[in-house]
Amino acid sequence: MAENDTAEMADNGTAEEIIICQDVCKWFGDFQALKDCNLRVQAQEVVVIIGPSGSGKSTFIRCINRLEEHQAGDIIVDGIPLTRDVRNIEQIRSETGMVFQQFNLFPHLTVLENITLAPIHVRKMRKDEARDTAMGLLNRVGIPEQADKYPGQLSGGQQQRVAIARSLAMSPKIMLFDEPTSALDPEMIKEVLDVMQELAETGMTMLVVTHEMGFAREVAHRIVFMDGGEIMEVGTPEHFFTNAQHERTKLFLSQIL
Amino acid sequence: MTTAAGTPSDRSVLPITERYPLVGWLRRNLFSDVFNSLLTLAALAFIIVIARIFLRWVFFTAEWGVIPANFNLLMRGQYPAAEAWRLWLVIYLLGAVVGICWKLIVGQFSGAARVLIAIPFVLMLIPFFSMGSRLNLLITAVASGAGFFIAGYLPIQRRGRAAAYFLIAYLVVMLVLLRGLPGEEGPMPPVQPILWGGLLLSLLLAFFGITLSFPLGVLLALGRQSKLPAVRIMSVIYIEFIRGVPLISLLFMGQVMLQLFLPDGFPLVDRVLRALVAITLFSAAYTAENVRGGLQSIPRGQYEAAQAVGLSAYQSTIHIIMPQALRAVIPVLVGQFISLFKDTTLVALVGIFDLLGIARTIISNPDWLGTQQEVFIVVAVLFWIFSYTMSYASRRLERRLGVGER
Repeated sequence: MAENDTAEMADNGTAEEIIICQDVCKWFGDFQALKDCNLRVQAQEVVVIIGPSGSGKSTFIRCINRLEEHQAGDIIVDGIPLTRDVRNIEQIRSETGMVFQQFNLFPHLTVLENITLAPIHVRKMRKDEARDTAMGLLNRVGIPEQADKYPGQLSGGQQQRVAIARSLAMSPKIMLFDEPTSALDPEMIKEVLDVMQELAETGMTMLVVTHEMGFAREVAHRIVFMDGGEIMEVGTPEHFFTNAQHERTKLFLSQIL
Repeated sequence: MTTAAGTPSDRSVLPITERYPLVGWLRRNLFSDVFNSLLTLAALAFIIVIARIFLRWVFFTAEWGVIPANFNLLMRGQYPAAEAWRLWLVIYLLGAVVGICWKLIVGQFSGAARVLIAIPFVLMLIPFFSMGSRLNLLITAVASGAGFFIAGYLPIQRRGRAAAYFLIAYLVVMLVLLRGLPGEEGPMPPVQPILWGGLLLSLLLAFFGITLSFPLGVLLALGRQSKLPAVRIMSVIYIEFIRGVPLISLLFMGQVMLQLFLPDGFPLVDRVLRALVAITLFSAAYTAENVRGGLQSIPRGQYEAAQAVGLSAYQSTIHIIMPQALRAVIPVLVGQFISLFKDTTLVALVGIFDLLGIARTIISNPDWLGTQQEVFIVVAVLFWIFSYTMSYASRRLERRLGVGER
């Protein structure tokens, strides 16, 4: 079993590295939000990012599909370098799904239209085909009966499941989750986590920013701890919850658990 | 049911205010205490006095003869009487196209459709119309009914797109009918736009002002938000320049200066067209600012979600941002269009005879001296009818689009 992240990376050196972040830096004005972040994620791996608020977790995963622009370092997603080139950005975005804290469904479209929009216009899928795919995904997230409703008519948990289905409709290779359960009422958190867990079991590569330690412990292959814009520690859940090395990691875990 | 007397359905035991809803309403709203009762009575007396004065004027004093004598002038200005059939044909076709588009877009014969089909019949009740005009209105109503009926049997797949084609075809046919074909001896001799006038011209200026300024305004609003500095600065300069200038000065500039901006040898632009250009440019700047207001009401998350699913900037504008932004500003936009419609009256000052311009020539005609009140009331009522129709349509549209929003 790997005790630290360099050892584990060496172990899996032959597996495909689908996300490579090398010395990624990001400033908002004078404030440095990311400091030399290095992370390599293998295909089919589930990586959970934890850390106190303002530690750069969200900024970090938002850099991966260019919702934020990093100013130094390299990000390579599925072999495509993330540069200013719009074609590269659009290609990466169409291979990367993202689920937001506030769902960000399109309120003027029905659930079905929310899901079929991108496949029809980006993938040029036929309408009936997109519709079938969308219904399949709604079945998978457990709410096929809501297909013709508008997002405003659904509960938060249902909206977030629609948002997951919307991302999956583009058949992404990577799913990014930015605090997907933080805006939900407690009784709805589980239904969303269950969907995410099933997704992880199908072998989806997932990068999840969350405060749900139960999910991290059960589903994650690796946990990343960030603080002050730096990646402080990377390791397996067992390593984290039993044998965290860094003082700040221990402090954070003692506060949250 | 032994206690039937005590159930709410037995109205005889209810207090009088509940037994007769009208009594209850009156007592609650108009006679709730002594002071309110006095106010109610005073207001009632005031209304009766004013109404009596007004009605006495309408029925006994007013010289309504001026309206039928100049009715054609008010409706179509100096458009030749021999060619008036073309205007009626335009109206028949309008009825038919409205019927077709209603069937294609809305589908069923709902409440608003009843209002639409009632319009020609209500117009027939107006006392100033001749029998011939009433017959023409009846034909219009029949045409829209027929359009609605026939559209149901057309083998059309993409109904929204088909409706748009019908509308565009209608606009082309309408312009050809109004303008005529070249050749004085042909079946449709040309009618110079300067002869168009009255209500016809007011409606045309308003309609084309709105439909041309709207896309221009949307583009300017997007331009003002653009990341490209050149586009942004040009948009800002245009918007701020136009908004800083009164419409009347733009109209004068249009009449005098438009030709200077066009290349040498460009045919002389018609006066009416020059006015339309000025109105369009003016309205576009205001549309742009209203649309920008809508754009700013869209949360950042919508842009991010659109990007994250892989939509291009263009696609996300068309499918995500614009539909929501425009929906948010429908009331403002319609308000602006209503004010544009009323502002078209300013063209009278540059020698074009719209409805108000014609009205002013009528009252300055020695035969009709002293009829300002009658003429201006009719003009005001005509403007009110069209403005209110727009405002009513906007409320219907808001309610229809508001379904399930947020």
